[in-house]
Amino acid sequence: MSTTSTRATLPTDAEVVQWRRDFPLLATEVNGHPVAYLDSGATSQKPAAVLDAERGYYEQLNAAVHRGAHTLAAEATVLFEDARAAVAGFVGAAEDEVVWTSNATEALNLVAYAFSNASVGRGGQAAERFRLGPGDEVVVTEQEHHANLIPWQELAARTGATLRYIPVTDDGALDLEAAGTVITDRTRLVAFTHVSNVLGVVNPVQQLVARAREVGALVVLDACQSVPHLPVDFPALDVDFAAFSGHKMLAPTGIGALYGRRELLAAMPPFLTGGSMITTVTMEAAEYLPPPQRFEAGTQKVSQAIAWAAAVDYLQQIGMDRIAAHEAVLGRRLLAGLREIPGIRVLGGDIEGERVGLASFDVTGVHAHDVGQFLDDRGIAVRVGHHCAQPLHRRFGVTASTRASTYLYTTEDEVTRFLEGVAGVGEFFGVRA
Amino acid sequence: MSAADLQGLYQELILDHAKTPSGTGLMESADGQSHQLNPTCGDEITLQVHLGEGDAVAHLRWEGHGCAISQASASLLSELAEGLSTAELTERIDAFRTAMQSRGKIQPSEELFGDAVALGGVSRYVARVKCAMLAWVAAEDALAQATAGR
Repeated sequence: MSTTSTRATLPTDAEVVQWRRDFPLLATEVNGHPVAYLDSGATSQKPAAVLDAERGYYEQLNAAVHRGAHTLAAEATVLFEDARAAVAGFVGAAEDEVVWTSNATEALNLVAYAFSNASVGRGGQAAERFRLGPGDEVVVTEQEHHANLIPWQELAARTGATLRYIPVTDDGALDLEAAGTVITDRTRLVAFTHVSNVLGVVNPVQQLVARAREVGALVVLDACQSVPHLPVDFPALDVDFAAFSGHKMLAPTGIGALYGRRELLAAMPPFLTGGSMITTVTMEAAEYLPPPQRFEAGTQKVSQAIAWAAAVDYLQQIGMDRIAAHEAVLGRRLLAGLREIPGIRVLGGDIEGERVGLASFDVTGVHAHDVGQFLDDRGIAVRVGHHCAQPLHRRFGVTASTRASTYLYTTEDEVTRFLEGVAGVGEFFGVRA
Repeated sequence: MSAADLQGLYQELILDHAKTPSGTGLMESADGQSHQLNPTCGDEITLQVHLGEGDAVAHLRWEGHGCAISQASASLLSELAEGLSTAELTERIDAFRTAMQSRGKIQPSEELFGDAVALGGVSRYVARVKCAMLAWVAAEDALAQATAGR
């Protein structure tokens, strides 16, 4: 489960400093200041062990996987599949329940297109449970990243199904009372985020899954902001599908993954088709490999997968419970510090419950781009904009916000520098004396 | 970059225009009107071109929301445009784009741009060029409609 063990030993400052030495980029300067990288929610920095794994693969083993019988190809295939087992194990899954994708967005689209293809009859009888049509409903939430919203809008448009959403309350939390009425016997699929990329709050997965189970709907979890920061076990959460990405958890860009329960993946028609995913091909038709290969058409992300396994190894050596405990402390400091500064509104700041080290905020009278520019001048890297969550920002009555997000390598000193920077924004832009 | 550079970007004139902008408020009809959106931050502007006697721009009117750079840029543009011929305004829009895309190599000339030269510092901040350009792109589009309608 995603709950943080209270017994996890907090890392000491010295330990965090030690970890930071593993990340070459963290030694660089930005605008004359040591970089304070507070944008890990967008993408994480990479430790040398991950960079070495990717380079080492190209220097010593590079060959085509799952094709060819020469020694290099065979060894590369073993490493590639070992990497799958490592990433799957990290989220409590079996190795044949993890499909490589280009990113988490593709993972979510894979599920949406499998439903779509099933809806026009592909996949035969086995895929019947994925068929959608008029009268069926797909449910998302108002907190979603566009990647977990637009694929479902498009799926509904293609199949004639109706898209509905669980609204958020005024403080930004999912309205669980409303969820009870939005999710009905017509609901076939419920897709929601584990941790909001804007609010940093951990959503009540158990309650939503329970409601989905009551009506027999499948559950898709966007786990992009949870898997990098918390211990997560998908089978224990009892979700049917989950999407997460490598680059947010120390691995390179260009690779993501879809977790799917074995029997569901086995019944799903493919999304992308072509080489490497077939058994027999004639000029008229093709038969497909079992999962996960069925969903992995074309040349795969081999070096990225191997580097992702190195990232998982790095995280496990530290311990996800310790990383979560460290970031919970940083997250509380971020939230408390921001709330002390006049003119700051933290989006979702009043929501109770578990949080990761992430906070988005609005500065009265100053646009997020200007806030970000002011902080950048001090070497502090934050995200500005709508963070691919326009509906949630609209709900708060803003078009953009500034977001600070932490990781295992973030120090208390960096959070302090950030808070001091934010405290100076009002004066610089003349909105307060 | 130091605090001095940040003050080069956010010159007093820019912050003043952002706080009390010129040319805001749309009219019921216009010779040309354009809506532009910056999809990365959701900033938007609606800008109108109103033509006067002959080929002269009587005034630009606009409404929108965004960062200090985009608001000041729209304000400075509306002051600059008044009384120019459509050809002169087009020339300035082209020159402004060239300066903005120069990564700090080309400064807009005071002769052509007046107070709007204060925006020259933006071109060194690649991520902010779109903010400065938003109103000018809207003006280019609105102007094309206005001149096509004549």
